[in-house]
Amino acid sequence: MEAWGVALIKVVFIWAWTLIIATLMTWVERRGSAMIQDRLGPNVCGPFGILQPLADGIKLFTKEDIVPEKAKKILFALGPIMFALPAFSAYAVIPFGDKIVIGGKEIILQVADVNIGFLYIMAIGAMSVYGIVVGGWGSNNKFSILGGLRSTAQLISYEVPFGLALLSVVIIYGTFSLREIVLHQQGTFLGFLPNWGIFKQPLGFILFIVTAYCEANRVPFDLPEAESEIVAGYHTEYGSMRLGLYLFGEYVNMYTLSALMVTLYFGGWHIPYIDMSKFLGPVAYGIASFLVFFLKTCFFLWLFVWVRWTVPRFRYDQVMSLGWKSLIPLALLNLFITAFLVQLTI
Amino acid sequence: MAQDYVKINIGPSHPAMHGTLRVIAETDGETIINAEPEIGYLHRGVEKLAESMTYHQFIPVTDRLNYCSAIPNNVAYEMAVEKLMGIEVPEKAQLIRVIMMELSRISDHIVCVGILGVDIGALTPFFYLFIQRETIYEMFEWYNGSRLTNTFGRIGGVEAPLFPGFEQKWIEFKPELMKAIDEMDKLLTHNRIWMDRTIGTTAFSAEDALNWGFTGPCLRACGVKRDLRRDEPYCMYDKFEFDIPVGKYGDVFDRYWVRMIEMYESIKIIDQAIEMYKALPDDAPLMAKVPKILKASEGEIYSAIESPNGELGFYLRGDGSDKPYRLKIRPPCYMVYQAFGELVNGEMVADLIACLSSLNVIAGELDR
Amino acid sequence: MQLLERIKGCLGGLIIDISEFHGDIAVEVDRFKIVEALTRLRDDESLSMNFLSDLFGLDNKAFYEKPKKKAKKGDAEGEEEEKPKELPPRFEVVYLLLSLKTNERMMVKIRVPEDDLEVSSVTSLYKAATWPEREAFDMFGIRFKGHPNLKRLLMWDDFPAYPLRKDYPLEGRGEERSLVYGD
Repeated sequence: MEAWGVALIKVVFIWAWTLIIATLMTWVERRGSAMIQDRLGPNVCGPFGILQPLADGIKLFTKEDIVPEKAKKILFALGPIMFALPAFSAYAVIPFGDKIVIGGKEIILQVADVNIGFLYIMAIGAMSVYGIVVGGWGSNNKFSILGGLRSTAQLISYEVPFGLALLSVVIIYGTFSLREIVLHQQGTFLGFLPNWGIFKQPLGFILFIVTAYCEANRVPFDLPEAESEIVAGYHTEYGSMRLGLYLFGEYVNMYTLSALMVTLYFGGWHIPYIDMSKFLGPVAYGIASFLVFFLKTCFFLWLFVWVRWTVPRFRYDQVMSLGWKSLIPLALLNLFITAFLVQLTI
Repeated sequence: MAQDYVKINIGPSHPAMHGTLRVIAETDGETIINAEPEIGYLHRGVEKLAESMTYHQFIPVTDRLNYCSAIPNNVAYEMAVEKLMGIEVPEKAQLIRVIMMELSRISDHIVCVGILGVDIGALTPFFYLFIQRETIYEMFEWYNGSRLTNTFGRIGGVEAPLFPGFEQKWIEFKPELMKAIDEMDKLLTHNRIWMDRTIGTTAFSAEDALNWGFTGPCLRACGVKRDLRRDEPYCMYDKFEFDIPVGKYGDVFDRYWVRMIEMYESIKIIDQAIEMYKALPDDAPLMAKVPKILKASEGEIYSAIESPNGELGFYLRGDGSDKPYRLKIRPPCYMVYQAFGELVNGEMVADLIACLSSLNVIAGELDR
Repeated sequence: MQLLERIKGCLGGLIIDISEFHGDIAVEVDRFKIVEALTRLRDDESLSMNFLSDLFGLDNKAFYEKPKKKAKKGDAEGEEEEKPKELPPRFEVVYLLLSLKTNERMMVKIRVPEDDLEVSSVTSLYKAATWPEREAFDMFGIRFKGHPNLKRLLMWDDFPAYPLRKDYPLEGRGEERSLVYGD
């Protein structure tokens, strides 16, 4: 058991870190989309416009808080909080590095290494949809309700393949703890490949990334907020920091999901073929593992942006049929094959 | 049971309702049971205005019809007046009109196809093409000083020859434009999601389309090979070689595809027109002999051209004075949009938006 | 002119007046026979005017009341009283037809008197007439019998006048000031 102080520092650190990443992601998204689209993007606030998120934040905080007259006031206020809270708490079980030794004390770079990390992620991830539905319902706006309903349907259909894809990983590693899964991914697989989850679960990874995009409400699955169809979906009526919480929560979700991808399929903090702990000091190793993990996460964050500005959006029924007719059978097949192969090798 | 349906009011202020359109849709979940477009939010009484303006004064007003491509509107009106007066336009002026109209057609299709992409969720191709549209606007600006509302041409011809260096500009611009169109093509046409979203969406049969008065790309998408440039040639269009692309099913994809091909065809026409333009002597006339004060005799004519959206016609009745007695515009998207309810019936809300963008309904010419 | 002959052959007795101006042929038919005339024009093998390009109304009031050049000043007063009897009906409805087979165009028009503004709708022949007929109703007050949904198209529903009529002032009568918003 860790000291209270250490745990508190870790909580504060990861909370602040997620916040910073989410803030920076808004900048990355805007600059990235500008790069993809042959534009300049925000370039006035600070060098390369990096202070733009700050300006946006100030704007969102100082804007007038408008509550529609006929909105259900309590639900309207509750929506953004219910959305942002799970988003922030989901990261708790995901490691952000291996361990660091300070003053002879070994500190695990993870807020809580719970042995049911998977279930926690799934449960908390599913919670965020309540924020969308409650906000959409409370707004008393038909477009918002449509957005909320779309989000519910989407979550129900995609939580299943999401869970099944995760379950295949659990079968391979025989543990629910995310930290242990990362530890399993050291070394090589079949003698030449890095021992990463993606090489053991190629189909599982594809299923996971598709469902992750859906969970994060990102293009091509951004139906709940499809601005050309239903104005802004569930946050049509929202303004000021309430809207800010929704937008923020989305980026935090993206960060969590990216980190999860790295944890499960891309070897966490391991660098292929190199064991950093052998030639780095304990402190340096801790920092290096953190950085490696973060860089890998950045790639997936960028992938989110990249996909967002490249592909068009699905239609509602297509999302449903993709989920139920393609992803769930594939996920079941993947689960079956995995179980079969694991059974053979034991 | 009517009360089981949700009535949603899309527009007039809605991000996908280009300008000021409004559709009142009854939906069952996401499926549209009944959609009724309501227009008139941009009604400025252009036809009434025309009755109080001289023939010349009305040209700038025609810019405000289809503001995405003002030049075909100007030319269509000028041609109608020329027909009413019996004025013969010199060859050189006609060629300049063709070049400008085809440039304008490209810019109009850029808007339509780009916005279709945006409404289906692909924002990026829109920007690739809009950069090229900017160059087209630059060319317009160099020719007659304005970008959007061009007030191009005069009754009886055009005001000036092409600016020096026009050909050079075009030669530099052409590969850029084609590259941008190719890029859009690569990003969208064979994209699985794009195909799923557009193929079969709001399909329309050729008979229905003709019955509803469809013209232009929307009609050609249904498989009817009809283009006024070929069928009722004006402005020397019979001397150019170009293909008329046709679709098959009249769905969103066909409309998109017809427009994409038409951009290439317009490039071909401009190439030929520039060659023909160069072959003419420098001092060839640009204007027909037109009296200072235009007075039409009593009579009525209808003259139509193939605007980017379809048949853009002007009915004019002269009463012997210097003002039109009655002017009626036949906007192409007006006829197309009235079938909107039938088009989107039974489709989903997302298809309604895609369909609307693919029809390229411009509120300015719709409401007049 | 070949087209002219063919039209005459097709419509026969339905024609009240036929004119040609710069190549555009305009045929006037009886207003009660418009559906029949359009059907005949559409089904005729040699014409097959099977595409309704546009339809609109027209107000002849100012045209009739315009002082004619030939009229002498002295006669003006005497003529004033006779004029109303001689005047043709005030409104016209013009149908622009097109043959997709031969690419020929023609206009068919009917005259509608002010005291009986009802004509039959051609929406049963061409769905394309749906909005143009509504617009003609909106702008001139011509009512189309048999139209599925004849209500104002461009102006708001309670608009009290018909704006494209010649006696309606260009600047309007300030109707928008009495417009009630919301419920």
